Amino acid sequence: MRNTFAEALYREATENDRIFIVVADISPVGNMASFREQYPDRFINVGVAEQSMIGICAGLALKGCQPFAYTIATFSLYRPFEMVRDDLCYQNLPVTVVGMGAGIIYSDHGGTHHTMEDIAIAGAIPNMQIIAPCDPAEVAEATRWCARQKNGPVYLRIGKSGEPDLTKDAEPWQFGQLRCLRRGSDVAILSYGVITKMAWDLADRFVAEGKSAAVYSCHTVKPIDRDGIASVLRQYRHVVVIEEHVPQGGLAPQTKQIAWDIQAQCRLDTFTLQDKFIHNNGRHHHLLAEHGLSLEAIAPQVGLG
Amino acid sequence: MSIGGNSFDLGRARERCRRYRRRILDISQQVAALHIGSAYSCTEIVDCYYNALMRRNPDGSSPDTFLMSKGHGCMIQYVILEEYGLLSRADLDAYCTPEGRLGVHPDYGNPGIEAATGSLGHGLSMVCGMALAERARKTHGIIYTVLSDGEVQEGSTWEAVLMASSLKLGNIVAAIDNNNFQSLGRTSDTHPSFYPLTDKFRAFGWEVAEVEGHDSAVIYDAVMGREGGRPLMLVAKTTKGKGVSYMENVPIWHYRSPNQDEYRRAIDELESAR
Repeated sequence: MRNTFAEALYREATENDRIFIVVADISPVGNMASFREQYPDRFINVGVAEQSMIGICAGLALKGCQPFAYTIATFSLYRPFEMVRDDLCYQNLPVTVVGMGAGIIYSDHGGTHHTMEDIAIAGAIPNMQIIAPCDPAEVAEATRWCARQKNGPVYLRIGKSGEPDLTKDAEPWQFGQLRCLRRGSDVAILSYGVITKMAWDLADRFVAEGKSAAVYSCHTVKPIDRDGIASVLRQYRHVVVIEEHVPQGGLAPQTKQIAWDIQAQCRLDTFTLQDKFIHNNGRHHHLLAEHGLSLEAIAPQVGLG
Repeated sequence: MSIGGNSFDLGRARERCRRYRRRILDISQQVAALHIGSAYSCTEIVDCYYNALMRRNPDGSSPDTFLMSKGHGCMIQYVILEEYGLLSRADLDAYCTPEGRLGVHPDYGNPGIEAATGSLGHGLSMVCGMALAERARKTHGIIYTVLSDGEVQEGSTWEAVLMASSLKLGNIVAAIDNNNFQSLGRTSDTHPSFYPLTDKFRAFGWEVAEVEGHDSAVIYDAVMGREGGRPLMLVAKTTKGKGVSYMENVPIWHYRSPNQDEYRRAIDELESAR
């Protein structure tokens, strides 16, 4: 995802001299390195100084520019939180805060590098928009949108590398709208971000047991597509939410809230990270499994054998 | 666009500053409290920026920018913006009322207010971003700012200090309103290692000038005579509450309005200093 992000941003930035990339001492991947060489005035490395990364982006935006702040998600959102809130959200500036490696992708780096509550934190701030693409192609769409939008700040939550393509046959991407990745009629699985691959695999399991399962990318987490989710809750007898985020403040509680509001009659199962710091120095999937996020753990809870 | 600073006249600067202090005093009678000491402390600096240093287009707008990093000092900015017609008398009369748009701290979106800086330690990074935009887009604006000395205790300020000089942002003119006071007392008592300030900024690669912060001519000369090529920091020795004897260096005047009797005494002092 990060390479795709860099490529998409490079394309936008070469066409628009108002785009700046402000990074905090993170290796420029792929085309970001080319951008740095070609446009040194518009590539700023603040070093290990994330508060100034956000403040500088705010200053650029106050002068009509369209900056992207880019580093590992914990450091782009948590460390400079007050700058994100005051400088970007309160002033409603079109700055994209890119959280790379969000969720618990940096599994073996320890809890300091895990972004488990970012949706709740970013989503609680007025004016903030949140996009969490499910695959590299969605990253490209979202990046292009962020580079051109004037609504206000965006938290763009992306993964790292190796994510499979899930959107080859999907309907077109549109900001703010739930996106059907694959069709089905018995069960609908809602997800966003890198863990959408697990939703996809769970859909395969449903199919293997003779059921038809749809998968939706809820890429725009804020503003959430209330109508789209309400429609899914009405349309399907069984809805499953899978997200790589703590139980509070993410897609799962919001879906439950919408279900209550419309008095949905479907079965609704939600699977999230646990509300705890778990020490596990294994790979991403090891730590997810310890949180209860694995096909083996989820399948029996959704009626699969 | 007229290039170069506006003409400087010390007598006029003194008269303006007296007038601004008087206007702030009047507004103080409308509200229970306002940051009067903080505004008086940086009156000459902000006046010099607006009225002598920032260039003016024929329509009165400026290619340069002033960002009040010490947001609580914004009363002096309000009264100057009123004089420029960007804020109205009605705006200032409605200060801190439900009908008004001006509050204790500057709010982005109000005319002439470049950023919401109620929280300290945010301004200088935004100034860096603005200066970068001016340079990259070749619009050549100069970004002026005032920091409080307490604000320089924020780690985020030092992140920006490091970036401004590393990026050689010669289009930044900053001043520290070095009045040696913050809420819990004299900075020199609570944080003796805060000083010397000048050496710190010099070590970080800034051009530094120590100035008497209530001498408009000295401020003007220091800015106009700068070498350039890197950001300038004026370490301005100032007096909190400057201009009204009973307010000077008395912490309670950080945030308080004078009563009627105190108001009359303050007016007398300002008028007799003419």
